[in-house]
Amino acid sequence: MSAVSTASNTQVRIATIGSVDDGKSTLIGRLLHDSKGIFEDQLSAVSKASRRYGDGTFNLALLTDGLRAEREQGITIDVAYRYFATPKRSFVLADTPGHAQFTRNMVTGASVSDIAIVLVDARHGVVEQTRRHVSIAALLGVSHLVLAVNKMDLVNWDETVFDTVVTDVAAIVSTLGSSVPIHPIPICATDGENVVDAGDKTPWYEGPSVLELLETLDITPAATIEARLAVQWTLREHGGSDYRGYAGRLEGGAIRVGDMVTVHPHGYSSTVAGLTRAGSPTDIAVPGDAIAIELADDLDVGKGNVIVVDGTHQPVDATGLIADVCWFTDTELNVGDALVVRHASGEVSARVAAITHRLDLETLENTPTDRLILNDIGRVELALSSPLVVDEYTVNRAGGSAIAIDPVTNATIGALMIRSGC
Amino acid sequence: MSAVTSQNELEILASRSHLDRLESEAITIIREVVSGCESPVLLFSGGKDSAVLLWLAIKAFAPARLPFPVMQVDTGHNFPEVIEYRDEFVRKYGLELIVASVQESIDRGDIPDPGPTGSRNRQQAVTLLTAIRTHKFDAAFGGGRRDEDKARAKERILSFRDKKGGWEPRMQRPEPWNILNPRIVKGEHLRAFPISNWTELDIWEYIAREEIPLPTIYFSHERTVIERDGMLLSVGGPVVPEDGEVPRKEIVRYRTVGDMSCTGAVRSTATSYEDVLAEVSTARITERGATRADDNFSESAMEDRKREGYF
Ligand SMILES: Nc1nc2c(ncn2[C@@H]2O[C@H](COP(=O)(O)OP(=O)(O)O)[C@@H](O)[C@H]2O)c(=O)[nH]1
Ligand SMILES: [Mg+2]
Repeated sequence: MSAVSTASNTQVRIATIGSVDDGKSTLIGRLLHDSKGIFEDQLSAVSKASRRYGDGTFNLALLTDGLRAEREQGITIDVAYRYFATPKRSFVLADTPGHAQFTRNMVTGASVSDIAIVLVDARHGVVEQTRRHVSIAALLGVSHLVLAVNKMDLVNWDETVFDTVVTDVAAIVSTLGSSVPIHPIPICATDGENVVDAGDKTPWYEGPSVLELLETLDITPAATIEARLAVQWTLREHGGSDYRGYAGRLEGGAIRVGDMVTVHPHGYSSTVAGLTRAGSPTDIAVPGDAIAIELADDLDVGKGNVIVVDGTHQPVDATGLIADVCWFTDTELNVGDALVVRHASGEVSARVAAITHRLDLETLENTPTDRLILNDIGRVELALSSPLVVDEYTVNRAGGSAIAIDPVTNATIGALMIRSGC
Repeated sequence: MSAVTSQNELEILASRSHLDRLESEAITIIREVVSGCESPVLLFSGGKDSAVLLWLAIKAFAPARLPFPVMQVDTGHNFPEVIEYRDEFVRKYGLELIVASVQESIDRGDIPDPGPTGSRNRQQAVTLLTAIRTHKFDAAFGGGRRDEDKARAKERILSFRDKKGGWEPRMQRPEPWNILNPRIVKGEHLRAFPISNWTELDIWEYIAREEIPLPTIYFSHERTVIERDGMLLSVGGPVVPEDGEVPRKEIVRYRTVGDMSCTGAVRSTATSYEDVLAEVSTARITERGATRADDNFSESAMEDRKREGYF
């Protein structure tokens, strides 16, 4: 029975990115449709909506553009999440908006993805929004970029057009100094060429289809640092027992009962006396597991502490951060501004000590600046009111990421990738 | 201790299934909301999604007790099997149960009386918001899943609700790396959806794997039904046969559990977790499409209800 065989599937998270109208929503619709991930009632609802909002031809984008405003305007405003499974893997797809004004939603979708599919309209090639999205995906550190050169039907399936786009995207990635692998595919999202099955219109292309790639790309993270756990909550049993479990999600590496650990920021040493994973006792846990750790010693540990297995890669107890920020709001960021920074190890007040540069999306060069505006990607230095226990983003995503919150409106106004702490 | 990942660890990592990944994600969200909010509550309808949610919450804090109460919004049109199940679950795990009654909202005049046979699904939002205010909850966990509906597909994990309880899809807080922002001011509250990324099939695979108890109506049984708008409705309570509707006995089960007046049964002979799993994995119609009259009403029915404060 197929239901049973999916039970040991790995799950892969994917985001579609790229400029407006390059075909992101249509590609997702096509993937869902051709892999039989759509139910009959959803199909009939889309046919009905296609008549209402379009020229009547079946519009695959309406499978993900679910808000009324999106359908009326024919655009994607916020991330839509869709799900499908093949016998090989199960997929979480985030369809992100292409408009610059909704970049914050693109960052949300791409930040947790293993793979980003960059859509480029073959007629227009790489445009500013493509550069912005590819830069963000590279900074965020997706494991793979699938480059889907779309609307090949409108350029007569011309291989040279395809090659130009591939060269341009490769240039962006190398200028940024990223080593993310790029997997280019010529496609037509509307008719499905090279989406699920290989088509017959691109005899010059011998690689896999989009789905074949998604099913086979290696997404196992290379763990190279010691395990760490930012404590979310302390579990205490009522009555009699003196159980104390420090609950959180494990990052970095594996942890075992008996491991020597250090508790940051104060630096106590102890030993792992017991472990639970999802509430059940275990001897070993691996990154991504939701666990609780019992320590051999009676210490003052709680939210804000990070328990780290002893070894060479220790996090930093930082009251100052240097970080790259994606700025999400209309209000400018200036030196001296007050922010709230929320990180796995706590929520602290911060002041902008310096703004050093922003990424110029035309040249992909860092240009000096003293302010950041909506959708800028730039480098800031922050002074924190009390220490956070941080890693470099490239070493440990969970310990190296944070959000900036407006202390007055409580809105989330920036995404921070920590480059160093001090 | 060596930092280099051993073969053994890689194997364990590779053996973590999509269910393990979803389970860890949900537990992490539940713990984060509890640590970031003063007074959370878990909405427990007795349906399969809220059963999975509650199961995950119990695991998130085991062996400690659940650090928040559970609340049912009682439409008064419940399947008796569901109430029985709710009480048994609450007793077995020593949980604190709050029942917020739609009937009481009607009696107080907060909402118009839809009559004995009218659907009370939409009215639930008012009762829910009143209960959230009365008990001063600042966060409510719900079992909403993004694959249920196209408006839900747009929802964040932590959904911010203004002082009126409404949802504004254009103003959602970004959640990069799933870092949640639980900051609110008095009168506002949050809805938290830890199982956002689960599909109906994931839910059933997990229920079967964990052997999570469910109300009996999820499994095949004989029931007297009428067919209305293409849906099989159970006769009794709010459902009274109208002219031309002939009650008949059918072998059915439910794919979702809601207000009796608008939740349809499906013909099914599935009596075990495995049978249901097999059925769900070959289903060609979504659970809401198949069984919820209220969501089919208009193209953006769910979006509209969410804006009004629905789950
Ligand atoms: N001819 C052609 N049109 C396409 C193709 N892919 C998408 N489109 C059309 O391009 C428009 C924008 O597509 P959409 O998926 O909404 O783009 P998004 O903004 O990136 O999500 C729609 O009218 C699609 O039907 C393709 O491969 N060929
Ligand atoms: Mg789109």
